[in-house]
Amino acid sequence: MSIKERMSGNEAVAYAMKQIDPDVMPAFPITPSTELPQNVANYIANGQMTTEFIPVESEHSAMSAAIGAEAAGARTMTATSSAGLAFMWEMLYVASSSRLPIVMAVVNRALTGPLNINCEHSDSMGARDSGWIQIYAENNQEAYDNFLQAYRIAEHEDVMTPVMICQDGFIVSHGVENIELIEDDKVKAFVGEYNPKHSLLNGPMAVGPYATSPYGMEAKRAQAEGVNRAKDVIVAVGEEFGKMSGRSYGLYEGYCLEDADYVIVAIGSACGTTKDAIDEMRAEGKKVGLLKVRVFRPFPAKELTDALKNAKAIAIMDRAESYSSQGGPLAAELSAALFAAKSKAEVKKIVYGLNGRDYRVEDAKNVYAELERIAKEGNDDPFEYTYIGLRE
Amino acid sequence: MERELTEIRWHGRGGQGAKTAALLLADVAFSIGKHVQGFPEYGPERMGAPITAYDRISNNKIRVHSNIYDPDFVVVVDDTLLHTVDVTNGLKEDGAILVNTDKDKSEITPFLKGYKGKVYTIDARDVSMRTLGKYFPNTPLLAAVVKISNLMSEDVFLSEMEKSLKHKFAKKPEVLDGNMKALKLALEEVV
Repeated sequence: MSIKERMSGNEAVAYAMKQIDPDVMPAFPITPSTELPQNVANYIANGQMTTEFIPVESEHSAMSAAIGAEAAGARTMTATSSAGLAFMWEMLYVASSSRLPIVMAVVNRALTGPLNINCEHSDSMGARDSGWIQIYAENNQEAYDNFLQAYRIAEHEDVMTPVMICQDGFIVSHGVENIELIEDDKVKAFVGEYNPKHSLLNGPMAVGPYATSPYGMEAKRAQAEGVNRAKDVIVAVGEEFGKMSGRSYGLYEGYCLEDADYVIVAIGSACGTTKDAIDEMRAEGKKVGLLKVRVFRPFPAKELTDALKNAKAIAIMDRAESYSSQGGPLAAELSAALFAAKSKAEVKKIVYGLNGRDYRVEDAKNVYAELERIAKEGNDDPFEYTYIGLRE
Repeated sequence: MERELTEIRWHGRGGQGAKTAALLLADVAFSIGKHVQGFPEYGPERMGAPITAYDRISNNKIRVHSNIYDPDFVVVVDDTLLHTVDVTNGLKEDGAILVNTDKDKSEITPFLKGYKGKVYTIDARDVSMRTLGKYFPNTPLLAAVVKISNLMSEDVFLSEMEKSLKHKFAKKPEVLDGNMKALKLALEEVV
């Protein structure tokens, strides 16, 4: 029987960390992810965890220490947000290219400026090309469940790639909601022991060597293969997790999607709000649906475009500005995939929720109304993107 | 009136515990089997600055993740906010507003912009000083909001709170007594 509780997203992920009890956690606190290292430190102080906690002097050091620990053969985790993730930048690439299966909880927050502590996906979206797998959550339950699945994905021998488990800052991280926790013994059995094939403490191994031009490209190709193969592993782990918990996961979630003419594609907590709008509009006979992207890296281009094949008009919504004149990263990548899939759907690119700007049920309804309009009249300017709730 | 979904907005000042009160309400609603959502709206973290916190309490799973714009109930933790914050904005007329104040209701109503629903007041400072000896407005306000919102019966509320406080203050039984007295007195004092 699962354990019914109420927790914030941060509390839920900290609880998952306690249950997994990895070997090492180097971390430096930053709002809104501070409670993660704080709660883990409490668990350790109370004798509920055996993890070696390393209080470092910066996020650059946190990721460096994580790399060292993981290379030594220790199961390693860390947590950060916003500027903290930005400060790790250089080392993110070292972790992924060294094929070190570190798991990092990212609590999404805007990058400066203007200085702001609220939710945005600009931090992890900026790190989308760093070679890390990225999995996003709609609520506290998913943040918890995703963290429990992360090591199975990262440490899989076909993958050997670090994973970011992302949740929306404040909206999820600080919102207390109902949650079903899984018993410790089931978690332990599901996650399993970590026995790396290669590690510094287990025979000779080079970490971070120089590669001349005749070799470097092959290293990157091999690294990309690990990320590509993660797709099948993520699906298999998500199914197995479902058998244990009753909650299955895939690369994306469709809500009222199959027969939907008008579809919103989004990531994170906005998807819950969109589902409420869908229920209200379906009751009025509107064929609206949602495609929630759970996995952004690897980017499931084929799966997402297959799922969208019946849509007449699609709104692709980003909680990040790319300054690319094409909306956010999800819009740019999914548009490219839809072109490859020879989609005939009208596409509307939308940026919303920057610096924590609220996204409401009414906003989703307005997006669907606009989709219905462009499906009939055509998109006035397909190169343009628009904003929700912006005061021009 | 039993609501499928009850939405509550709290207005307080940073450091007064409006967020804690919202989370305490979510806790006690969870303990009787409700689906809950308790969350603060974060701005600059300054003591004394106006802050907002929210509760959703529902018989069904809660998916929406936006702030609350049309609450069933509003709680004002600090009556000085009435001068600067539009506390009745969007407040449903079949709901109510609860103000923590030592003033008479007639002095409060002019600030409520013609709100047609019920207006309740409680002097949480007085209740808190008489029962706890210190100013902890959360405990009396929690009891008062449960009473005006009809989220659960007073008996169920008191027994759930006793269970949770016993657990929380296992090593400080004297704190339990004071808090229970504050809750009971608040249930009588809200008018």
